[in-house]
Amino acid sequence: MSFFEILQSIIPQALFFASPLIFTALGGVFSERSGVINIGLEGLMIMGAFVGVVFNLAFYDTFGAATPWISIIAAMVVSAIFALVHAVASITFRADQVVSGVAINFLALGIGLFLTKQWYDKGQTDMVERPFYTTNIPGLSKIPVIGDLFFSNMYITSYVAIALACLVWFILFKTPFGLRLRSVGEHPMAADTNGINVYSMRYVAVMLSGALGGLGGSVYALTIALNFSHATIVGQGFMSLAAVIFGKWHPLGALGAALFFGFAQSLSIVGPSLPLLSEVPSIFLLIAPYVLTILALAGFIGRAEAPKALGEPYVKGNR
Amino acid sequence: MFSNRTVNILIPIISVLLGLIFGAVIMLAFGYNPIKGYGALWSGAFGDLYFFGETLRQVTPYILSGLAVAFALRSGLLNIGVEGQVFVGWLASVWVGVTFDFPMIIHLPLAVLAGACAGAFWGFIPGILKAKLGVHEVIVTIMMNYIALYSSNSLVRNVITDGEDQTEHIKASASLASDWLAGMTYFSRLHYGILIALFMAAVMWFVLNKTTTGFELRSVGFNQNASKYAGMSVSRNIVLAMVISGAFAGLAGTMEGLGTFGYMSVKSGFTNIGFDGIAVALLGANSAVGVVLAALLFGTLKIGALNMPTEAGVPTELVEIVIALIIFFVASSYVIRWAILRFKKEGK
Repeated sequence: MSFFEILQSIIPQALFFASPLIFTALGGVFSERSGVINIGLEGLMIMGAFVGVVFNLAFYDTFGAATPWISIIAAMVVSAIFALVHAVASITFRADQVVSGVAINFLALGIGLFLTKQWYDKGQTDMVERPFYTTNIPGLSKIPVIGDLFFSNMYITSYVAIALACLVWFILFKTPFGLRLRSVGEHPMAADTNGINVYSMRYVAVMLSGALGGLGGSVYALTIALNFSHATIVGQGFMSLAAVIFGKWHPLGALGAALFFGFAQSLSIVGPSLPLLSEVPSIFLLIAPYVLTILALAGFIGRAEAPKALGEPYVKGNR
Repeated sequence: MFSNRTVNILIPIISVLLGLIFGAVIMLAFGYNPIKGYGALWSGAFGDLYFFGETLRQVTPYILSGLAVAFALRSGLLNIGVEGQVFVGWLASVWVGVTFDFPMIIHLPLAVLAGACAGAFWGFIPGILKAKLGVHEVIVTIMMNYIALYSSNSLVRNVITDGEDQTEHIKASASLASDWLAGMTYFSRLHYGILIALFMAAVMWFVLNKTTTGFELRSVGFNQNASKYAGMSVSRNIVLAMVISGAFAGLAGTMEGLGTFGYMSVKSGFTNIGFDGIAVALLGANSAVGVVLAALLFGTLKIGALNMPTEAGVPTELVEIVIALIIFFVASSYVIRWAILRFKKEGK
């Protein structure tokens, strides 16, 4: 196997596994930058995957080729509304944000499986009829070398994910909205004094994380899993959360971390067929992303500063 | 009318009631009869001695995983890694159970100890990282869960067995199974573990409330700076709290390994014993007695739910929703407290 062939089997796979993580991690960046911890990303992805699959199964006759796109939009809307539960508990009711996030994870899985039993009379849904398919990007895929690596047999959602990361970077760091959102996460009282509504900013941020988590979950369901069951989303949400922290709460950092996790995940699948890695027991490739996250957190790649007010409910009038 | 103590007891009770009411609303919305649904749940948990035995069996690991979360919380640490600690405890106890050949008096304690030590080790890593490097324990423990899941699967498949999906059954000399308890409950899988779990609850109460170490642990949980000023080693106490918490969690896995199942199999996902432990600890207000009562409630809900599809047609997952809602309400206790105080004012 030549080096080029190895790259050709890894890069598209890595992008394929990374894109749901990128979407969800960007959601996590929004939420955590506003000062709300979101361990519920996993639950938001579960909700997104569930809605994406159910919508797809129900409406593929009506919408035809556009079905997957409309499915992911439906998943975004429903997950954004679902994230309101976390928002109300952790912002208005001053609940412990970690605990509320844990409850979100429980709730999403419970609701998803309950409704699956209710509607399909079994523990998992059928396979979706219209998933996303790989395509060659017209024109670009003809470029020698690069075309084969980056523009052939790819999912469009991967490009959307990367583009969105740049967009989120622009919103957070170049717009007044982004400045307000970040100030609410750093020093809510100062932000409040300057006339920024801390509560509504945090609500918006948590709902954005819901929408993006739902997007990530539905993209995962419609490209990788293709149905919904208790084992559809197992840990991708937590991995996205790790990507947020690994990426130092920066959208492009999160993009990089998610790409890295995608790469690590693809290694555990492509690995056995690669000359160098086939000797490594698959278990090491499986646990690599988690071990690396711990090492990264322990400071081996430099310390990261979390938003100052992360995890603290804001109580107006308190000093 | 309502002292602070009463409010603290009222909050979990109100949370449970609200959770059950929401569950009833969901049942109504989907055209089920909630009275029939909850009736099926009740008879599924307490209907006869067999079901009762199974309920107690389910309660056993919940008590221990609840104690694990509660113990860490009392020291100001959130241990989300109980799930992973359960896995390694389960694996270690079964490994000792199948590998060695000792008389029971040595073998059984050794296997139980192995489970506790494995869990303790799995708690030590996030503890030391938190104490020495200030790494947040929540993320590390989440990562440790996945490492535990994948490594124990791999160990079961490649080290303990030769490519099998399940280990051999443990030797009888390492088993917690009890003919006496099983016979009393129409041959349910109830085992001696329940006694260990209750004993450990007493141990936790004693350690936290009657020893110097316990005082230091609680003190660090209340206020790290004050504890440091008083001459306590904050980092030592953080590590100690995580190690003890992990040991409790490892024992929860041991109960499954040596008591309920008698083997370890390759798992496609988490057992949820650890995650449910978070719910148990929160509902039990992090006290030993509270944890035992909360474990009893969740064990009842889980085992009773198995009877709901056959008797009332309600999917068992309804109970997961109810449990999630109960956690929400406990977490949002600020609002319940506010409502109670409001009610108190108007009552005057």
